[in-house]
Amino acid sequence: MAKSLANAKSRRNNQNNKVIAALVGPLSFWLVLFLALPLIYVVLISFMNKGTYGGIDWTFTLKNYIDLWNPSYGKVIWKSIALAFNTSLICLLISYPFSFILSWVQEKYRGFLILLIMLPFWINELIRLNGWSNILRDSGIINRFLLELGIIDSPITMMYTDGATLFGMVYAFFPFMVLPLNTSLSKLDVTLIEASYDLGASKLHTFFRVILPLTYPGIFAGTIQVFIPSLGAFYIADVMGGGNSTLLGNLIKDQFLTARNWPGGAAFSVILIIFTLIMMKLYSKVGDLDDLA
Amino acid sequence: MVRNDKEPIVKLRGVTKDFGKSEVLKTIDLDVYEGEFLTLLGPSGCGKTTTLRIIAGFENPSSGTVYLEQNDVTDIPPYHRNVNTVFQSYALFPHMNVFDNVSFGLVEKKVPKAEIKERVDKILDLVQLKNFGRRKPHQMSGGQKQRVAIARALVNNPKVLLLDEPLGALDLKLRKQMQIELKHLQQQLGITFIYVTHDQEEALTMSDRIAVMNNGVIEQIGTAQEIYEHPKTKFVASFIGESNIIEASVTKMDGDLIELTAENGVVHAHGSGFVQDEMIYISVRPENTKCSADSVENFRLRGLVSEHIYIGSIVKTVVTLPNGQRIRINQHPHADLPAVGSVANIYWDIDKAVIMHTAEDTLYDTIESALLNRPDLAVQGLHTQTES
Repeated sequence: MAKSLANAKSRRNNQNNKVIAALVGPLSFWLVLFLALPLIYVVLISFMNKGTYGGIDWTFTLKNYIDLWNPSYGKVIWKSIALAFNTSLICLLISYPFSFILSWVQEKYRGFLILLIMLPFWINELIRLNGWSNILRDSGIINRFLLELGIIDSPITMMYTDGATLFGMVYAFFPFMVLPLNTSLSKLDVTLIEASYDLGASKLHTFFRVILPLTYPGIFAGTIQVFIPSLGAFYIADVMGGGNSTLLGNLIKDQFLTARNWPGGAAFSVILIIFTLIMMKLYSKVGDLDDLA
Repeated sequence: MVRNDKEPIVKLRGVTKDFGKSEVLKTIDLDVYEGEFLTLLGPSGCGKTTTLRIIAGFENPSSGTVYLEQNDVTDIPPYHRNVNTVFQSYALFPHMNVFDNVSFGLVEKKVPKAEIKERVDKILDLVQLKNFGRRKPHQMSGGQKQRVAIARALVNNPKVLLLDEPLGALDLKLRKQMQIELKHLQQQLGITFIYVTHDQEEALTMSDRIAVMNNGVIEQIGTAQEIYEHPKTKFVASFIGESNIIEASVTKMDGDLIELTAENGVVHAHGSGFVQDEMIYISVRPENTKCSADSVENFRLRGLVSEHIYIGSIVKTVVTLPNGQRIRINQHPHADLPAVGSVANIYWDIDKAVIMHTAEDTLYDTIESALLNRPDLAVQGLHTQTES
């Protein structure tokens, strides 16, 4: 009796295993083929020598990583981090008041307002960035308008500066800040704010002691979701900054496409990936915080 | 119990509130005296929570004035009012531990650190959470969170503590225990409590005075005993405890004794201030109602004995009048009970009946009469009322 029960159990387990394999199998196959293998390949070739004609010479070396210590690269990496940081900060400063107002708006209008933010993002980003270039360049709409009115004598240089790159980054990534912030703020229990008033905290104190700490998860999530793509986004620096702002993303692109130095580009990519993983780890720590709220 | 010679600590005068088209409060006048436990009691949607929120300052009245300690605070924001609230959902700050939650108000008042520690420790001791300072709210049970919420409010030494159905989320056993604890706490500290509940038993257990609210008005305010024994309106009579309410008209007045003619019979009562042919309600508690096979002086009200339900300490008898109204009677089990199916005379101690003027037709009357036409529904309605 007991034996047949155990048999039935193991048979059921077998069946379960088959079902699980059938469900998870295709996904795992997809992940291995398109995520794991390319990643392994990138890590692998970052330890190889560069072939003479742009190929890969399959001999082990640490040269690519040693080359990273070149001070001019260091400057680029530092500049990229600073730019990504500034982008996140500006996105936060714009998005927080916006999301705050959004959370007070009636629910039926809220969806519409979020739609308005998302709407431009249905158009390809490069087209939108080129649109901005039309508006901002020396012979662009703003400068022409100001010249016509006689407010300025010569065009103000806005395009092809680090400022333009920053502007492009903020423009491209701020929805990634608005959405998590909006989630965090709309989850906020209004009675907590009332409780704070009730205990004698003014509106300002209530903001700093209750509202802000309770939206830290949204702030962290948004910051990381803006910071990570900002590090790698070479096309924004290309379009908005011209050749003037070289960032980590541009460096990787140039190594692969211009210098045809695949192992060198791979080493840069590995650095970027490690950086991203550290950020993700931070993010998941903050995710625990989210459970408390 | 209540010293009316003192100036009230909380005073509402002509307070109304409407949210858009719906009128939530229609002219509330309320005096709350220092050190008393006042309960706002009523069904959901009667305006009791809105009244409390107006006192706390979370809502502005549409018209009228709110006084705290003789000062007009109608336009003073909640953070400048010397009242504290215990919320139904506790509203503990999830990112702070118990100590930080409780000390929140003291930090706002810039109380010195050492004194904060002393006061918080003392109040946590009082609510029996001595070593819980480090805990986060999500690590605590409902009853413990409730104690933290109470401690967080009380530590500020408020003049008035407002409690919005604070025990609503607790299970019955814990709720009963907390009722007693809260009452003791209030007596010990001498702080004025304004307590909102829809649970009449809770109100009767805890309150010095009860304000019974319905449809945005205070129908009656008084001690538990006054409200139970001398309800002024039909709503109060039927909301607090069980009542048999019979509609009748004044057909004869002979000094103090008046004759009342109902659809199914004639009874007598003591009373004055009525006019001939006036429509009135007679309200009698089931425990004061009796039935007998023999006729009784002053009463000519007969019905069919429908059922006897023995529940230990009493027998619940239902006598159905010819018009279908079910008269509920609670009697001693050893009383001489007429058999089910027999015709019985209904009577009561003539001084135990309350005669009420008919108020304007309220929604409640409409529901009540609808229920009377459907005795099956009426019985269910009764059960839900007695269980709560």
